[in-house]
Amino acid sequence: MIIGWGGPGRGVGASARVGAVADNGDVSLYRDEGIVLRTQKLGEADRIITVLTRAHGRIRVVGKGVRRTSSRFGARLEPFMHVDLQLATGRTLDVVTQVETLDPFGRTICADYGSYTAGTAVLETAERLTAEEREPALQHYLLLLGALRALAHGEHDAGLVLDAFVLRGLSIAGFAPSFAECARCAADGPHRLFSVQAGGMVCTACRPPGTVVPSPEAVALLSALLTGDWPVADASDARARRDASGITAAFLQWHLERGLRSLQFVERRGDEQAESVARGTRGGGGVREEPSATSEVERLYREIGDAEVEQA
Amino acid sequence: MYEGVVQGLIDELGRLPGVGPKSAQRIAFHILAADPDDVHRLATALTEVKEKIRFCTVCGNVAEAEQCQICRDPRRDPAIVCVVEESKDVVAIERTREFRGRYHVLGGAISPIEGIGPDELRVKELMTRIADGTITELIIATDPNLEGEATATYLARLVQPMGLRVTRLASGLPVGGDLEYADEVTLGRAFEGRRQLDV
Repeated sequence: MIIGWGGPGRGVGASARVGAVADNGDVSLYRDEGIVLRTQKLGEADRIITVLTRAHGRIRVVGKGVRRTSSRFGARLEPFMHVDLQLATGRTLDVVTQVETLDPFGRTICADYGSYTAGTAVLETAERLTAEEREPALQHYLLLLGALRALAHGEHDAGLVLDAFVLRGLSIAGFAPSFAECARCAADGPHRLFSVQAGGMVCTACRPPGTVVPSPEAVALLSALLTGDWPVADASDARARRDASGITAAFLQWHLERGLRSLQFVERRGDEQAESVARGTRGGGGVREEPSATSEVERLYREIGDAEVEQA
Repeated sequence: MYEGVVQGLIDELGRLPGVGPKSAQRIAFHILAADPDDVHRLATALTEVKEKIRFCTVCGNVAEAEQCQICRDPRRDPAIVCVVEESKDVVAIERTREFRGRYHVLGGAISPIEGIGPDELRVKELMTRIADGTITELIIATDPNLEGEATATYLARLVQPMGLRVTRLASGLPVGGDLEYADEVTLGRAFEGRRQLDV
């Protein structure tokens, strides 16, 4: 059932399939499917909704009255929602006239705090990688859909899904890192050094300043995440994951030229050994390592204690 | 452009949320034409609200004293605390006349994309309140949107191991509405939170 403002005969029929998504040319109404990336408050009860669509790339549209509790489609225009939209062309921003839910990813992603924080970083990355509005970005769209599906179904660790999305999203944008051959001279690997600026692993002859030496396990994990080799990625240990996430974050921030706001809030899981290492520390690459609720409580109380000492 | 003072007033009014240049001009001329006593009352109200109002040291709600009226009221149950995002939500819940416990105002919801994490909210203050053992139930009444739900999940995970009863406000069908118009997300929640009818 499609609910919206359009009266009988104005909207698309209930039997219309998503596959039939098409631009209606001169008609002021058009239809597309998309994933809600971000919402911003507008006026009394409206919202500006940023959507990554299948056919129109990233667009910003207005949801009228969606903040009212009586809104019929406010719940469908929340971040993470995969929706079928009907839009009316407006003077500056297009207006949402009808919405139908295709996949309510938000509900399951929200139920797990780790998935939520990784998911918001995925959404922000998708928004930043599709810099131009209305520039079709089908590959980014399909990649985002796959990432959210994986997060919602809990198939893999949320942190790994985020890293895989970032690496593959950068590849689509033209910044594919090289984990086998040297990123500068293309000499066959394996190589030991990683350089963010050079764009991947580098040989000792090409070594630019500011290289790091990741563990071979971390390099194998990064390579697996880039190619979608999930059995290898799922079998990786916490240390390799931590190294890989640090490198991925640094690589992303280098190419975006500006940090991602949500990345510092990403909560990553680790095993018992990683917990003891990560406890009380904030991990490399701007990625925060808070393994469990218990340690989060400890951290808060420690900070409260510190504040009280300072006051005294 | 008008004479200095009038234009100054229009500019200041135009900075208020939802007030555009035309509305600002209309309000400014209404003020010019209004009775001087009315205008003085408005001016006093504006200055007093900034001078006298501060945030309650216990719950973070707006208050005229160190503690707000609700935190000072001995008839309110200190064992039940309702966690809300903003002071506006306290007023909304107070209007129901159903809740006799106390509040905790977080000052927003967790929204990583806007750079707001748990450390930017009054979570630490909540943990301090819980630590003294008076609170037995925490009602999480954050907004029923994505950020509100994520904040609720975070708080529940944080507080549950401490042996408290943690509850979340029910969400579902609005009173006076038709079932057929409900969206599937809300209707799904209503099914999840269905309750037994005891006749």
